[in-house]
This record gives sequence, C-alpha cells and structure tokens, in this order.
Amino acid sequence: MAASAAQVSGISLNDVVAEIATALVPFKKSDIEITATTDIARDLNMDSLAVMDLLMELEDKFDVSIPLNMVPEISTVGQLAQTVIDSKKGA
Amino acid sequence: MGLMDRFKAQRDLHAAVKTCGADPFGVKMDKILSSTEALVEGRRTILCGSNNYLGFTFDADCIQAAKDALDACGTGTTGSRIANGSYHDHRALEADLADFYGKKHCMVFTTGYQANLGAISTLAGPDDFLIIDADSHASIYDACKLGSATVIRFKHNDPADLDRRLGRLADQPGNKIVVVEGIYSMLGDHAPLKEFVAVSKKHGAYILVDEAHSMGVMGKTGQGVVEHDGVLDEVDFITGTFSKSMGAVGGFLVSNMEDFDVLRVSCRPYMFTASLPPATVASVRTSLAKLRANPGLMDKLWQNVDTLYHGAQNTGFTVGKQKGPVVAIHLTDPALAARAWRALLLNGVYVNLALPPATPSGTALLRCSVSAAHDTAQLEHVVEVLTQVGRELGILGAPARAVAAE
Repeated sequence: MAASAAQVSGISLNDVVAEIATALVPFKKSDIEITATTDIARDLNMDSLAVMDLLMELEDKFDVSIPLNMVPEISTVGQLAQTVIDSKKGA
Repeated sequence: MGLMDRFKAQRDLHAAVKTCGADPFGVKMDKILSSTEALVEGRRTILCGSNNYLGFTFDADCIQAAKDALDACGTGTTGSRIANGSYHDHRALEADLADFYGKKHCMVFTTGYQANLGAISTLAGPDDFLIIDADSHASIYDACKLGSATVIRFKHNDPADLDRRLGRLADQPGNKIVVVEGIYSMLGDHAPLKEFVAVSKKHGAYILVDEAHSMGVMGKTGQGVVEHDGVLDEVDFITGTFSKSMGAVGGFLVSNMEDFDVLRVSCRPYMFTASLPPATVASVRTSLAKLRANPGLMDKLWQNVDTLYHGAQNTGFTVGKQKGPVVAIHLTDPALAARAWRALLLNGVYVNLALPPATPSGTALLRCSVSAAHDTAQLEHVVEVLTQVGRELGILGAPARAVAAE
C-alpha cells in the first residue's frame, strides 16, 4: 500500500517520515529516536493543539491539504506520513 | 481501565494549577455586588474578567424589562421553539437583530456556543469545506466535529495563509465557508476582516464572522468588526452572543441567505434544546435598544480600555499587540501565572487565568476584560495591584513593598 502510494506521488514513506522527524525535534523527549512507529501522543506527549500545528506545517512543506478530520486516525508518525502521501496523491 | 482514568492528564494539570492556593477554574462568587464587584472569600473584589463590556447586567431598564417579562410570561418556555412554539419576544428579538445588522434573517439560539455549533455544523455539508482560523473558539472546533464537512485550519489572522490554503482547494467542487472571529477572546486581537473578505471572495468562498466579543464594542454603532472594517454587506453570516456586551445569555445568526428559514427545521442545536426564557429575551431586547439609542456607551468602554491597557503596558507587562477590551497579560510560565492570579485575587482583583491548550502557542495569560461600568479609579487600582504582584513575583523588574501571597 505504502509503496504504491509513494510511487504515484513520487515521494517515499521514508522521506516523509524523515521530514516529520525533523519537524518533531522541538517535541522530542531527550534521546527518543523518531521512527515510523513512534506514537505521537504517547511517546512525544504532544497535545491536540501541537498535533494540529504540526499538520499545518506539513501542509505547507508538501503543498497538500490535510483535513483536521484525519486527526483521530493518526497515532503514529508512519500513519501521519501515509496521510501526507495520500493527500499528495489526491491533490 | 476505570471510566474516569483517562482524565489523568486533565486531573494532573488541574492539581498542579491548584497548588497556587485556590482553584482558578472554580472561583466561588459569594455575592455579586454590582456589574463590576463581587464578594469573594469575604473580600470586596473588582471583577476584571467578566466580559461585561457595557455593564448591562445591572442596568435598571434591563432588569425591569426582565421582571415584567417574568411576571407576564413565566420563568421558562419548558421546551424548544419547534415543539413549544416561539413566544412573541423570540420573534421580536430576531427582528431587532436583523434590523440592527441590516440583514434579512435572524435566528436566536439559547447560548452563543450553540449559535456557532448550530450555524457552522449545519451550513457546511458533507461535500463542503470549513476553513477556520487556527485560534478559533472551542465552539467553532466543536461545530466542526459535529458537522460532516472537511475541515482545514489556517494561521491565525493571516489572510495570505488563508489565500494559500483556499488555493489548494481550488479544484475541489464543494462549497467553502471561511470562519473567523471579530475579536479573539483570549489574546484580544481582532481579525483583518477586509483582507479576509477579499481573499474569500477571490476564491468564491462564503465567510462567517463570529462577533461574540466585538458586538457592542467595535464599529460606529456597535455591529462589531464587520462595521469597523466596512464589510457588513459582503459578509455572508454573522454569529454572536448575548452573554458579553448584552449582559445576559443566548446567541444569534444573521444573514441575507435565501431560504434561510429552512435552518429552523435542519439545525439540531436550535431544534433540540429549550429556547431562551422570556426574561432573558426581554433584557437582551432592552440592552440592544439602549446600545442603538446611545452608541456613545462604547466611548466610556474605550476610555477604560486605555486606562488598563496602557497602565499595564507602561508598568512593563507584555500585553496583546492590539488594544481592546480584552487585555491579555502574557506570561511564559503557567505556574507563575497561577501564582500571580492567586495574588491578584487575594488583593481584591479578579481576572481570568488562561492556560494552554486553551491559549495559543503555549502562552499563559492573565486575561483581563474591561467594562464601560468600571470607573477609572477601579481600573487604576487594578493596575496598581497588578504592578505590586508583578514586582513581588519577579515578573516586573523593580522591587516594591510586599503583597499577600499564599
């Protein structure tokens, strides 16, 4: 699934995860390594407002629309990256 | 996991705040003395956080109108407009508001929260888009959750950012509704509405403006930022509340939209809740009539704003960039803000403590609101107490005499 979506949009899941990891640096607790399986709320302790701000930043970075309606379905960095890729594909 | 276990984060935060010596979110007003004073913990306390912008809560005419309505129509309607019917004054208040805004239609809701909840969730359908300011009030966020539209957020008070985000939706067929507020309740800044209207029109989007904190406050006649920015005719929907400048409770939606009344049988937060009690409707009709008869009431409010805003600023506090009846003192540390809030209360000054995530960008605020009913001496006293507390807690530079703090 991820691979085919990535091919369509021309960006890979790993690329997006790396971009998200960069954007998440201010929220990182000491030595946590951010990977696709990092849980945004649990591992990074981000509140809902911070998650929404992150989405806005990613919308600009990738020039996509990521509706707030998606938030409840996103818990990990990998899911967020997939959402970005799906938005890119749909755009 | 127990039913209440998932509130651990809220419980912990609340407990941390309460270590300042009291509960900032559970203040007990022992007795309300006037529109600007109450008895709290046995102390005469200046109310400087009540949103009572025109001081109408204790206006003799408003009280008399409410008493008359109470005698004539009873204590409540005991049901919704669709089930128990509209009383004469429900319709009359709707006509008053439509006339005040020069719009064809108005619907009155039981609270301002429900006005936003109902209007926003109902107007935008499943194929439509709501594009909302990032700092929107909870009622707007909750409306988005209740409704079925796709929701996009844009950077606070940033028309260029709205333009970019609407641009990304250009190929999407659904209707777009931009939602902004006149004055923002936490920071007290107001929307660049002229620019927002221009961007919305450019993209063929509708625009809804919530004037909750700006009605009776801004514009020559008190219509709000729509009037201040000269865009009343171009704005598609205006919502507002009666619980701020109107001194009571309730909310409204006005518009020129064709077929507006279909909302009365489609909008659930209007249909399935008890309607406003007669006494409330009567007092709001009187408040609105008094504002219309004497818009000069707002002059006193703005004189008072000058006293508090410049007073706090000159003392060295960081206040919001735009001057208005919400004067937000910015602090970076929530714990320090809670201690300052407590010290103010112990010294007879009540303000609101606003903490993240209810505030933008992690700021903690001592949120003050000014009323036309404050006298200058009260506000000068507030500035004096703020200054003492600020110095005592090291928020402000120079040392001064000690003040009571727990």
